[in-house]
Amino acid sequence: MSSLAYAVSDSMTMLRRNLKHAQRYPAMSLSVVIMPVMMLLLFNYAFGGALGAGISGGPTGGGSYIDYVAPGIILMTATAGAVSTAVGVCVDMTEGIVNRFRTLSISRAAFLTGHVLGSVIQTLIAIALVIGVALAIGFRPDASAVEWLAAIGLLTLLALALTWLSAGIGLVSRTPESASNTPMPLTFLPFLGSAIVPTDSMPAGLRWFAEYQPFTPAIETLRGLLMGTGIGNSGYIAVAWCVGLTLVGYFWSRSAFGRTSKR
Amino acid sequence: MTAPTTAPILTAPPAISALGLRKSYGDKVVLDGIDLTIPEGSIFALLGPNGAGKTTTVQILSTLIAADGGQAQVAGRDLTREADGVRAAIGVTGQFAAVDNLLTAEENLLLMADLQHVPRAEGRRRAAELLRRFELTEAARKPVVTFSGGMRRKLDLAMTLVGDPRIIFLDEPTTGLDPRSRRTMWEIIRDLVVADGVTIFLTTQYLDEADQLADRIAVLDRGRLVAEGTADELKRLIPGGHIRLQFADLTELDAAARHFGAAARDPEELTLRIPSDGSIPTLRAVLDVLDDAAVRAESLTVHTPDLDDVFLTLTGHGTPDTTTEMAR
Ligand SMILES: Nc1ncnc2c1ncn2[C@@H]1O[C@H](COP(=O)(O)OP(=O)(O)O)[C@@H](O)[C@H]1O
Ligand SMILES: [Mg+2]
Repeated sequence: MSSLAYAVSDSMTMLRRNLKHAQRYPAMSLSVVIMPVMMLLLFNYAFGGALGAGISGGPTGGGSYIDYVAPGIILMTATAGAVSTAVGVCVDMTEGIVNRFRTLSISRAAFLTGHVLGSVIQTLIAIALVIGVALAIGFRPDASAVEWLAAIGLLTLLALALTWLSAGIGLVSRTPESASNTPMPLTFLPFLGSAIVPTDSMPAGLRWFAEYQPFTPAIETLRGLLMGTGIGNSGYIAVAWCVGLTLVGYFWSRSAFGRTSKR
Repeated sequence: MTAPTTAPILTAPPAISALGLRKSYGDKVVLDGIDLTIPEGSIFALLGPNGAGKTTTVQILSTLIAADGGQAQVAGRDLTREADGVRAAIGVTGQFAAVDNLLTAEENLLLMADLQHVPRAEGRRRAAELLRRFELTEAARKPVVTFSGGMRRKLDLAMTLVGDPRIIFLDEPTTGLDPRSRRTMWEIIRDLVVADGVTIFLTTQYLDEADQLADRIAVLDRGRLVAEGTADELKRLIPGGHIRLQFADLTELDAAARHFGAAARDPEELTLRIPSDGSIPTLRAVLDVLDDAAVRAESLTVHTPDLDDVFLTLTGHGTPDTTTEMAR
């Protein structure tokens, strides 16, 4: 086998290991689904009336509030998945098994790739469940098959970016607790974007931040694909952000993994 | 006529050789020039107290960390330039268990087989064989979280063996084990060399462990090798134990200490530890010195040799801390 074939096979072995962990100890994976589902219910049944009234005259064009908020919350599922990656990587680093992996003649990237792919797969499953709940409580997207595919592609790309970043956070965190706290701001960013309310309803300073942070173009693109609202250049900006963050996360994680030697 | 050529070298190259290995963390010099030559198919023990630099040596030789200076070859490959080649030849069982707690014992072994590209069927066969050999067959399907310390150690070693390494590093393989598990571990280690002809590099804090297992022993003290040889050679260096004198107060202790050369004074315990082979004549000599000096000792006890004696004899100071004794 070539070294690339080895790298792929080692990554797949690591992926199987992580999926086995998730399957056996589903608590972490469940927490990824529970948070967005709670928010869907909360925003639909508790706040939906008030928020929806404010928005219906605006860019959503009179649809119900669940149609506005669901894409944002679906996207938040990806951030919740990222937190679980940071914890998983950090736990491994503190358990000593990583030192064993390092003394094997295996591809250095395999350990991280296995974690990241495992998390992305779990995140996509969680996203499917959240979409299911959204549909059950009245979300009515008008997307075509191609638009659905594009939406899934965007979500995968975003999950990949966030997961590589979180893998880096997991590597530099000293304890699993700090690994779970550090990515928290990430999970709040969508709130400070257009996930819950349109940015033009925000005060000036926040609005400026909301319009230039990466989640807003991603949310606008997803909403556009699923609900047919205008996307404009958000699509390109979102993809550029995702690719950029993926590269930053990847190289940061690789170098952090090379540096952290042992406990 | 051509110039005479040198005779072909018939002896096999050493499994591990190192020259002038150095490592510092900040200002702290951890390894201060270590030279090693370990022949293939032998058991080598690196003996030293806590903090001597044993783990650091293992980490360098197993490619986990880089040395600051010196060079080393493991399995005929250069440690820095051919790290991957070294990794393909070695197996490492670190000081702390490196098992996947969330998987079962069997899954841990199969994971190692997969990562070392052992074909599936062969991997299963080896896993089953190792589980049997280490008496883990009954626990094979249980998650490792539920394992005792001894079982975990055995699994850890089994994982090291899945890839059929030619050179095995064992960092304090029996520290913290109960006496029975310790003996089992010793047997397993001996069998490895007899049955598979592998080379073993182990570290230990216990002289008796090195004595039981190793063909050659090197004594590490504060990052330097202070002695190297077979167990018998080392034992000839140390007188065979020590005599411990207990005093009533510091004045008596200090008075006595002035009359003994290589003795370790412990002002907290108010004891003096004198190297001795425990024979009647040396015992009498010690009593005579006390008599002549008119110093009164509360009690006297004779001890068989342990690591502290090796240190006392070789370095003129006791072990830097008391963990050796606490760990027993
Ligand atoms: N990563 C590190 N950073 C700073 N000091 C270290 C590090 N690793 C080891 N040391 C120091 O190096 C010395 C030797 O450590 P070690 O090799 O673990 O000893 P041993 O295994 O013989 O107990 C100790 O004083 C330890 O504190
Ligand atoms: Mg150690």
